Amino acid sequence: MSDYIFYPGCSMESSAKAYYDSVMAVSKPLGISLKEIDDWNCCGATEYLSLDRMPAYSLIARNLALAERQAADTRTVVAPCSACYLNLSKTDHYMGEDKAFGEKINEALAAGGLHYSPGELVVRHLLDVVLNDVGLDAVKAKVVRPLTGLRVVPYVGCMLPRPDYGKRYSDTERPTELDDLMRALGAEVVDFPLKTACCGGHMTQIGPDTAFELIRRLVSSAVGCKADVMVALCPMCQMNLDAFQSQMNGHFHADYRMPVLFFTQLMGLAFGEKPEKLGFGSEFVSAREAMSRIGVATPQPVVEGAAARPRKAAGLPMPPPRVTARQSTGKD
Amino acid sequence: MLTQEVAMRTPGQSNIEMCIQCGTCGGSCPSGSAMDHTPRAVFALMRAGMRDAVLKSNMPWMCVSCYCCTVRCPQDIHITDVMYTLKNMALEAGTIQDEIASDFSKAFIRYVENYGRSFEIGLAGIHSLTHMRLAARLPNMVPMAIRMLTKKGMLPLPPKRIKGIDDLKKILKRAKSMEAA
Repeated sequence: MSDYIFYPGCSMESSAKAYYDSVMAVSKPLGISLKEIDDWNCCGATEYLSLDRMPAYSLIARNLALAERQAADTRTVVAPCSACYLNLSKTDHYMGEDKAFGEKINEALAAGGLHYSPGELVVRHLLDVVLNDVGLDAVKAKVVRPLTGLRVVPYVGCMLPRPDYGKRYSDTERPTELDDLMRALGAEVVDFPLKTACCGGHMTQIGPDTAFELIRRLVSSAVGCKADVMVALCPMCQMNLDAFQSQMNGHFHADYRMPVLFFTQLMGLAFGEKPEKLGFGSEFVSAREAMSRIGVATPQPVVEGAAARPRKAAGLPMPPPRVTARQSTGKD
Repeated sequence: MLTQEVAMRTPGQSNIEMCIQCGTCGGSCPSGSAMDHTPRAVFALMRAGMRDAVLKSNMPWMCVSCYCCTVRCPQDIHITDVMYTLKNMALEAGTIQDEIASDFSKAFIRYVENYGRSFEIGLAGIHSLTHMRLAARLPNMVPMAIRMLTKKGMLPLPPKRIKGIDDLKKILKRAKSMEAA
């Protein structure tokens, strides 16, 4: 077992519980031990940086300081959320690059009895750890239920490959790491042209019309690629594409039903874990039908499916064609 | 000079003065349709010293922090970070025209400052009540809220307060005094 310092982030305890559960379920077969930062705080997402930069960076740096104090066998901090990952690595990066800035942040931390030495820790996303520490061969060796026949869209989103301070990913716009992992699990991987296009971020809250268009673009593209399921590696991406899919349908008078899962959920299935342990059933757009294609029965969601009935909402007047994932495929 | 002031307040080497007005940023922007100016235009306004126009623009507030412009910029300008700085400055100057974005950020951070954790479901609810055309959104919002509660087991209770909240408050207070200085 390799040790890692773990920064879960707020979403993992609420909207992305399925992500948390599946990360925990796969950590054992992957041989990684995740030790949570004691008393960590929210990273502030993109919101605090917008308001006031010094407290924003200090808020993030408190987590790094706590992690540094806790670091024993490892210097690696693992974050499963892309926004948390970016904030932590951004703070470490700028505190190191801009010495005066780093000193000011440490001056603020000192008010709470803390200190962080930039460069002391390495911040990494879970995907990076799975690929580069565990390795694809070790992953393949753990697969007992290959995802053969499942067409998967690897949706990476923005904040993992960009701006990529540590130069850890193969490309800022067409990274292939998630593709490789899904292929190692036996899935059929879609070469998805929008794999790092924006999910809408906080626009669902401040400009829903813009958010709906960004969500539509991704979901309709996935449907057009004849995918069974999209996988995400960030709670925000997953939430926007899944939970807001029915509102997006309402806005465009459409009826897309594209399940969106976390990559760790599929990894867990391939490793033979029970779907119940992996948070299946908590998705808004049910993954039941998609999973039945590989012979896995996932729990029936508590409330079924999306509100598909188009309403005369304040959407656009011209509806796109009504298609669902499988009507349009013409295969199997 | 406005550009220098913005550069000073942006961590690291932001390269603002290097802009060649190529427009790659605007062409790459996923939320460009919601903006009054493109990022390129904001850089031009900044260089022209048109402080009021820059700080009144909704462009930085509609930025989704996708970093597309940042990685594509041929001059390596840290555009997304510059947008954060412009938002900080607009708040200070009190020039924001539509407060929906800044109010959302403030509501988000209010929980973080008091609990050390964010509170998604409460935040979404409160923000929607104050800012969305409720009659239009409610039919969609209610079922979504119900499913958040039932499927994800999210409770409409405030988040767990971190143990070190007092120390965190001291850190934030100290940091805020620096920005004012």
